[in-house]
Amino acid sequence: MQTVADLHRGEKGIIEELSFVEIPLALMEMGCIPGKEVTLIQLSPLKDPLYIHVNGSHFAIRRETAERIILAE
Amino acid sequence: MQNDCGMNSKKCIKVALVGNPNTGKTSLFNQLTGLTQKVGNYPGITVDKKQGSCKLLDGSLAAITDLPGTYSINPTSIDESIVLETLLDVESKEYPDLVIVVAEVENIKRNLLLFTQVKDLKIPTILVVNMADQMTRKGIFLDIEKLEEILQTKIVLVSARKKEGIEALKKAILNYKEYYVNPLFEISEKIDQAYFDQIKASLSGFSLYKSWLLITQKNHGIFISEASKHIIDKFKVDQDKLKKYQHKETIYRYQYINDVLKKTYRVERAKGKDLRSRLDKVLTHKIFGYMIFIAILLLMFQSVFDWASIPMDYIDAFFSNLSSWSKEVLPEGVLFNLISEGIIPGIGGIVIFIPQIAILFLFVAVLEETGYMSRVVFLMDKIMRRFGMSGKSVIPLISGTACAIPAIMATRNIGGWKDRLITILVTPFTTCSARLPVYAIIIALIIPEDRLFGIFSLQGMVLMSLYILGFASAIISAYILNKVLKVESKNFFIVEMPNYKLPSIKNIFFDVLEKTKAFVLGAGKIILAISIVLWFLASNGTSDFKNAEKIVAKKTIGKSISVEELESEIASFKLENSYIGVMGKMIEPAISPLGYDWKIGIALISSFAAREVFVGTLSTIYSVGSDDEGTIKQRMAAEVDPITGEKIFNFPAGMSLLVFYAFALQCMGTLAIVKRETKSWKWPMLQLVGMGALAYVSALITFLILK
Repeated sequence: MQTVADLHRGEKGIIEELSFVEIPLALMEMGCIPGKEVTLIQLSPLKDPLYIHVNGSHFAIRRETAERIILAE
Repeated sequence: MQNDCGMNSKKCIKVALVGNPNTGKTSLFNQLTGLTQKVGNYPGITVDKKQGSCKLLDGSLAAITDLPGTYSINPTSIDESIVLETLLDVESKEYPDLVIVVAEVENIKRNLLLFTQVKDLKIPTILVVNMADQMTRKGIFLDIEKLEEILQTKIVLVSARKKEGIEALKKAILNYKEYYVNPLFEISEKIDQAYFDQIKASLSGFSLYKSWLLITQKNHGIFISEASKHIIDKFKVDQDKLKKYQHKETIYRYQYINDVLKKTYRVERAKGKDLRSRLDKVLTHKIFGYMIFIAILLLMFQSVFDWASIPMDYIDAFFSNLSSWSKEVLPEGVLFNLISEGIIPGIGGIVIFIPQIAILFLFVAVLEETGYMSRVVFLMDKIMRRFGMSGKSVIPLISGTACAIPAIMATRNIGGWKDRLITILVTPFTTCSARLPVYAIIIALIIPEDRLFGIFSLQGMVLMSLYILGFASAIISAYILNKVLKVESKNFFIVEMPNYKLPSIKNIFFDVLEKTKAFVLGAGKIILAISIVLWFLASNGTSDFKNAEKIVAKKTIGKSISVEELESEIASFKLENSYIGVMGKMIEPAISPLGYDWKIGIALISSFAAREVFVGTLSTIYSVGSDDEGTIKQRMAAEVDPITGEKIFNFPAGMSLLVFYAFALQCMGTLAIVKRETKSWKWPMLQLVGMGALAYVSALITFLILK
């Protein structure tokens, strides 16, 4: 199972699923919803947080959140 | 100035500005309202309420409220909850006649999410698409007519910074009654018809979407009746279901928006992104990123100490001249002393801050406006987390170098409560601008004006170390608090990385003006009041005080001294026996191990409520004590111990004072805001006692080592 946390810099993936209970609503409201393409733009020097581009939005999330965003194989 | 729709205005439209952060909402607000804007508070909470007015074409007035920026109507912070509260409370006199949702052309997809939520509240709505001037350059095409038709909304294209489209918007505001108030999206249809029918049947007083919003919020709105609260609580029981449906709602909203934009929005070439990725590569680089950040901090401190000192010297000299001038001009009497020895030095003590505060606020504003601050948050998050804080704590810690009060308010967008609490507790350690005049004057007295290697000023380097000391103690205490505090909290961290922008001079001007004004007026009241009390305590005293002339004359019988010397003897005898002198002498045993005399004791007592009073107090004390004219600095430098003849402000005592002021929490404003933000006296008291003890012990150790 691949998640956003497994992406390398510049790599893309399609969001398949987000865990309903553990994902804050705000993350989806930023545009992070199933079926959308997500790009890892930049990793922070200490590998956390992750700077991503999804559904027209650019934002940073922590690794623990990125691990909950499951990508399609 | 007419800011809200008062009784006297013949026609007045109440307009609320809503929008995501970084959409240029503030630019638009500044363009519409200009100098009419003022900042107040929402009742009960300390969220800034920015209002202003704007004259429309037919002479009627629009009262415009700039609501806090938010990504969604579902709040994640107190600031954001204001948006929901304002838009739901129909009975309130703040309830808008018209909502303007500000979107930005490049982030229109996400911006439209908030728009669809607002639109469903059935308030007349205008959609402003900002930064329209960027469209051709970035190859963006937007079919406004079609979009207006699908969204059933008036749309206005605006370039707020270039002042384009503002007149069209004013015209559109005037026609607010003509706009459709149909909701775009019926939430029940796609999610769970039966469940929403149940809500509809139980809460008949509100529209379905409103009921849904009321059910999904953590807290009840203030305007909800007890009966409705009871019903709402029943629906709140199944939190998992609510969350699941909220997620579904968001997915449907985005589907709708994607469909709409497919028909109306086209990007032909993706330019512009180049600048973002090129800048990001450097600014978030693992080495250059940190180097640039440190360089910016250095520049900030350099400018605060070096550049600000030029206007500050002028201000210092000006007030010193004003004080002596008033002594010549005003008639003798009680009022004379109060003005020339109490009020003028007191006001001078406030005004002298303005250059430093303004420069600090300027830096923070530029860093925020350009979008750089988000990159700092990104770079610092992991590091800050090791100390129990969040990357977002960097903003309060940097703002704290201007003033802890706005900095503590800026902690609100830190997701987790524990991170936030720790940030609040340690922010007062950062060197705020109120400490600067204290540092500045002591440094000037005890550190020579030499330069190291001919470049770095020694005084600047000492100041720099004090800043580092402030940050270091913040970080270390955060680390300890993180280990000690047992607070449950859920973390959540999302930071938008906005496009890089050139800062708008107008926005920065208003931001700096507003913050500086708030600070000067707020702190000014306290400082002025304390200066007057101090002056009273210094010019009244025990019976010895009243008979000072006789007593001193008796003492000096047989000694040959000049008239001036006699007068100076009398003055210092008076100060010693004034009420404030007695108080200073009372605490002298406690502070003499730190290297301070009773005059510094007086300053310590008076700066308990606001540390910046220190300088003003000393100047009041020394001008009461001698008729010498000249600046505060000169008077303090000349101060000697009456017994040993040594300078009072010598190196060990000065360093000890610096350390004391670095740690002690001498700020009523900070205590009050911490109480408000943490809703308990426990935390501000912990700060007061903890920081006070640390200050005393560290100052003692410093003095003992250096003596």
